[in-house]
Amino acid sequence: MEKRVELNTFSFFRRKIVNAVMLSLSLLAAIITIIPLILIFYYTISKGITYLNLDFFIHMPKPVGESGGGMANAIVGTLILIGIGGAIGIPVGILTGTYLSEFGNNKFGFMVRFLTDVLSGIPSIVVGVVAYTMVVIPMRHFSALAGGIALGILMIPTITRTTEEMIRLVPQSYREAGLALGIQKWKTTLLIVLRTAWKGIATGILLGLSRAAGETAPLLFTALGNRFWSTKIFQPMASLTVYIYDYAKAPFEDWNKQAWTAALVLILIISFFSLMFRIITRSKYKV
Amino acid sequence: MEIKSVLNNVEDAQSATAFKDSANEPEKKSFIKKIFGQSNLGDFIFEKLTLLFAVLVFLLVILMAYEMYTNSRLSIAKFGWGFLTSSTWDPVTEVYGALPVIYGTVVSSLLALLIAVPLGLGVAVFLSEIAPGWLEKPLSFLTELLAGIPSVVYGLWGIFVLVPWLRDSIEPFLQDHFGKLPFFQGAPYGFGMLAAALILSVMVLPIISSISRDILRSVPFTLREAAYGIGATKWEVTKLVLSNARSGLLGAIMLGLGRAIGETMAVTMVIGNRPIISASLFDPSYTMASVLANEFTEATSDLYMNALIELALVLFVITIIINMFAQLLVWSMNRKWKKG
Repeated sequence: MEKRVELNTFSFFRRKIVNAVMLSLSLLAAIITIIPLILIFYYTISKGITYLNLDFFIHMPKPVGESGGGMANAIVGTLILIGIGGAIGIPVGILTGTYLSEFGNNKFGFMVRFLTDVLSGIPSIVVGVVAYTMVVIPMRHFSALAGGIALGILMIPTITRTTEEMIRLVPQSYREAGLALGIQKWKTTLLIVLRTAWKGIATGILLGLSRAAGETAPLLFTALGNRFWSTKIFQPMASLTVYIYDYAKAPFEDWNKQAWTAALVLILIISFFSLMFRIITRSKYKV
Repeated sequence: MEIKSVLNNVEDAQSATAFKDSANEPEKKSFIKKIFGQSNLGDFIFEKLTLLFAVLVFLLVILMAYEMYTNSRLSIAKFGWGFLTSSTWDPVTEVYGALPVIYGTVVSSLLALLIAVPLGLGVAVFLSEIAPGWLEKPLSFLTELLAGIPSVVYGLWGIFVLVPWLRDSIEPFLQDHFGKLPFFQGAPYGFGMLAAALILSVMVLPIISSISRDILRSVPFTLREAAYGIGATKWEVTKLVLSNARSGLLGAIMLGLGRAIGETMAVTMVIGNRPIISASLFDPSYTMASVLANEFTEATSDLYMNALIELALVLFVITIIINMFAQLLVWSMNRKWKKG
């Protein structure tokens, strides 16, 4: 009897110790995960801040060898590119999402839902290749349009799935109330359901846009990049991400420093999007 | 304004039903239904419009495969399946074999998973099982922030921070202490497989951890309560939850793998970009995505371009297969608990 109690206390302690060890390992994993985040932010801010001044936003890149200059064309280019992307991705995403939630409880809906999830996993560079074969080859030159189309395709899954999920959150009674008033179903969907879910859909759009702003690979051989001021969508266009790539590889210290600044500006743009995202979602849950 | 339009609609609806009642023409009604599928034109147009866009998304995936297939016919006709098994990638003599870059892609991704899976699962367990509410939210936010950093910024950090650090301290250390192993041979340049695997693991980690966290949360609380009820420790409860969620967790890992395989910019910037097969982690390597990023604008001949597009097609097919399996696993997991 005595012996058995001892054994139990031993196994109890052992279980306690295993418990403590495993839980602290899990905490350790969480801490290790945060380290690269801190490092990346630390270096981007400390190295990027040196060139972060008004010149960077309003001047053009200087030729090789001359220091200074800015990336005004790249900042505008990035905004134009995600604008084109949004013009394609937002309507397709919202309407597909609406279909999936309102009419998509069938086999076809299941397939589309599955394919959007699969589409979100396709490497962005592959989308760039497709934009190249579809737009650049027929037009015979690189263009901002091709880059924008690639970004638009990349936005579709995010916006579709958020729209669908947000519309599904709208209580069924809202739809019934609309229909009970004799409002046609399409008006109920557009004016009541979509309007109720609008904030959620907007967060999806912002998420899609901010991801598109950070894409480089699909732009490398579609929008290509441009060292001059250009807002024409049928011509090559500069973007911050491609500049970061080119300047990081370049053997000039001055360019390398500017790459850090461009990275900082890019992160600021993306943070701005995600800040708006936070504000929108917060007010959604408060009301 | 809105009330007015609503009232108008009510009137419309009333007059419509009145019309139907008084006219009493079943033939005409069924005729309208036959054409539109619905007795209301607006509803019909709206439903078909949204359907059209859903079909568009569906067709997009097929169109992508078709575009890449037709634009890589030259290379497919010339090399056939040998494209996947030949190990020479030489634009000068126009011989293209994808084996070294497939090797580089698979090895760098698996090495990344080797680091990211234990860490990611650890974070997921911490977030869903252990962390108190006040810690869990900011920590989730931080991991999502990690996922939001653009790939090219990871690459920039890789070139100027990670690679010098590997070259000056980590790789010499590994060579001094484990230099006899085949993995740590050759000159420590910094750029190479090790740098790529490390940076990929950081990029894949938030995906694995956030999807795994959601899956662990979907396991019903009654399961945990039952385990606590018979005196299990927190870790024992966690083990039970993990074993119940294993198919979903496998899906999360595969989604991470799919992401690692397709990751382009950061890898291109640190992997060294040479199509060789070497066991040493210090040696440069090449991945499918980085070949595309580096050589696509330089492709001068049609065959070269076709070979590159075929490489994109291979990448597309591989990631689609991985993602399909992963999505099915994650979906089946979510369904299991919703039904039960």
